[in-house]
Amino acid sequence: MSLALDIVARVRNGGGRAGHAWRAPGLVAPLAFVLLLVAAAAVPHWFTALAPDAVDTDAILLPPGLAHWFGTDQLGRDVFTRVVHGTSQSLGIGLGATLIGCAGGVLLGTAAGLAPPMLQRLLVRLIDILLAFPEILLALLIIAVLGRGPANTLLAVGLSSIAGYARLVRSQVLRVWQSGYVEHAVSLGESTPAIIARHVVPNAIRPLVVLATIGVGNAVLSASALSFIGLGVVPPAAEWGALLADGRNFLDTAPWISFLPATVVAASVIAITILGRRLQLLLSQGGQP
Amino acid sequence: MNVQLIGRHDLVRATPAARSTILDVEDLHVSFPGRLGRREVVRGISFTIGAGEILAIVGESGSGKSVTARALVGLAGPGAKQRARALSLSGHDGETHSLNGLTERQWSKIRGREIGFVLQDALVSLDPLRTIGREVGEPLLTHRLVPRTEIGAEVETLLARVGIPDPAVRAAQYPHELSGGLRQRALIASALAARPRLLIADEPTTALDVTVQQQILDVFQALARAGHGILLITHDLAVAAQLADRIAVMQNGELVETGPAREVLRKPRHAYTQRLLSAVPSAATRGRWLSTQGARPGKPQPPEGGEPILALRDIAVRFTRPDRGVTNAADGVSLTVFSGETLGIVGESGSGKTTIGKVALASRKPDQGEALFRGLAWSSLSERQRRPLRRHIQTIVQDPLNSFDPRYTVRRIVEQPLRLHTALGKGDRQARVEELLRLVNLPTEVLDRRPATLSGGQRQRVSIAQALASEPDLLICDEPVSALDVTTQAQVLDLLIALQHRLGLAMLFISHDLGVIRHMSDRIAVMKDGVIVETGPADAVFDAPQHAYTRRLLAAVPRL
Repeated sequence: MSLALDIVARVRNGGGRAGHAWRAPGLVAPLAFVLLLVAAAAVPHWFTALAPDAVDTDAILLPPGLAHWFGTDQLGRDVFTRVVHGTSQSLGIGLGATLIGCAGGVLLGTAAGLAPPMLQRLLVRLIDILLAFPEILLALLIIAVLGRGPANTLLAVGLSSIAGYARLVRSQVLRVWQSGYVEHAVSLGESTPAIIARHVVPNAIRPLVVLATIGVGNAVLSASALSFIGLGVVPPAAEWGALLADGRNFLDTAPWISFLPATVVAASVIAITILGRRLQLLLSQGGQP
Repeated sequence: MNVQLIGRHDLVRATPAARSTILDVEDLHVSFPGRLGRREVVRGISFTIGAGEILAIVGESGSGKSVTARALVGLAGPGAKQRARALSLSGHDGETHSLNGLTERQWSKIRGREIGFVLQDALVSLDPLRTIGREVGEPLLTHRLVPRTEIGAEVETLLARVGIPDPAVRAAQYPHELSGGLRQRALIASALAARPRLLIADEPTTALDVTVQQQILDVFQALARAGHGILLITHDLAVAAQLADRIAVMQNGELVETGPAREVLRKPRHAYTQRLLSAVPSAATRGRWLSTQGARPGKPQPPEGGEPILALRDIAVRFTRPDRGVTNAADGVSLTVFSGETLGIVGESGSGKTTIGKVALASRKPDQGEALFRGLAWSSLSERQRRPLRRHIQTIVQDPLNSFDPRYTVRRIVEQPLRLHTALGKGDRQARVEELLRLVNLPTEVLDRRPATLSGGQRQRVSIAQALASEPDLLICDEPVSALDVTTQAQVLDLLIALQHRLGLAMLFISHDLGVIRHMSDRIAVMKDGVIVETGPADAVFDAPQHAYTRRLLAAVPRL
């Protein structure tokens, strides 16, 4: 959210020195789309008057039209309304999982960078092992232990992404630990915990901002995938992945039930990733966040 | 303006020995696109270089001297526009080329063939994947000067000409296998390959140790005697003094003074030249300010025979190299610093002087021996025991930007030691930070800026303010002025001396610059290969050096 505001501010100010990176064509559309998603998550009733679970037996499996933009499903529920109402849950899981991933990554990465040598070696091996598995497999494992449901989906997607963040944080922590300003802080008389908290971690997590932005898109996708195979958020909840799963049996007769929500998922992931990449470009040009 | 230009031009022509002119530059302008329209960096300068003549353009960073050199080979930079009333070069065959408004294609025929260009850092300028022989032979191939089969022999002749021993062996080696001095010579050889009559050297010795610098300067001298015209770009007045026949002083894109070297240095006419010359630290500047005129009040004499504030006893520090060999960065080093005095450590790169500074600061544990701070076993304390004492020893380094957290503003940087070592409240800390900035002559406007946006001199002042915040007794200065221009260096050195007088600081002053060391130090230790070869009062060491290495070092220093 604050990132979106930041982006708006930069666009409005022309972004200062690195302004052209934000004014590039092809950026306005993803930015507008992400803002739209945020609005849909915050105030879904502004977008649709219908309730997501309202069953209308007179309008079963209607194709997209003026009354029902995305058509209706086998129970006569409006697909557009369900997509809008699912936004908060999908984005929430995406953001929450990324936060868990980042927080865990910072902890694990910092420990793996600064712990005593033996423990360090152990943690690095752990990170390597976790990275060897596809994230979705780890998420499945966690779901198998914890059971289904929105909270568990969030946790599973979040925990499974820790290793990737941890590796980045560790390499940054090692770099900062060798830096002149950490050595200087020691000679000023700062204590080790203060140096880690004040200098090492804040400087090490700067590149994490970019990776996390792209990570939100990935997390949304992972959560949808879990729900799609019936292990994440369970129907009738209007989560994006669950919506796709709903339409699975009607792909031949009413493809819109799966196709249009899938388009929204794809567009969201693409839009968020484009913004993340742009942020990366901006930072690599020397702009300070 | 016109009249003056012509006048100056005539003056240049009137110099002794009517040499044939190789390069004639009249009214050269170079401008770059900027935020507020085009900015002129070189503003109408004129000069000539004759055969066998060395012209040095001296100036501080940003004066436009490097841009001038690059403009002469059409490489001023992206977006640069250059124009001149006349820009003519006499080629290798005696033909005159005009360098005005050349296309990129035409420039490529001039570069290397008619003008050799030697850059500052040979390691960056040489392709790491090509042998020296291929690098030096490249211009011969490009300009099709020598049949392919004879290139090897020609390269060896060239390497021998710039004084590289065993040219056949060296030609087969890669840049990283050569020392800095040999690399610089190889670069000169590649600039000479196509036998250009004009050689442009941009800070060719800045990255080199003084003894190596001397060898490179000798190479240039020999080339000038052989009839090459040489344009030397340097910030170092002493180098210009030693090498150049004529000196042109550049300030803000203009040549403020041009003339025979001896005349410019002995009787500078322009105020800027005078200021530059008086800012160079040397034996003669001891006891006076560098940045202003007038004598400096004598230093309050420290009490005789007191306990040393810092004593290093038989320190040895060893590094394991990547090839598992062991380097002795310091070997049996013993020295003492008394309260209120400055001990200068001088030596070339790799002599171990920085390592000694780190041991004194206890950021490196010696492998043998101990460091005593006020009689306390400083180096063998645990970090926890040492931490409260650290306020008494502070440090200033060459590049303070490296030692500041990039997220911190000047205010937070200077506040850091106050937060750690004093019980001051927020308001009191602010007042103290402002007081410290005043002490180092910085305006309070810089408080909320980040050091990356400050100039080199300002950064060094921030670093000094931070070091003084905890009221230390000993300041370890590791090359504190090496990255600064001579006038900025003068201000920082003056500031350090003034603060020493006022606060009674002891200083361990590490530098490779003998002039700076002599200006600053009461006593001097000369280091070579991790060993202190000579130590004593500054005047004694400089005037009557005992050790052969000290004598060689002193002999290699170019003098004004």
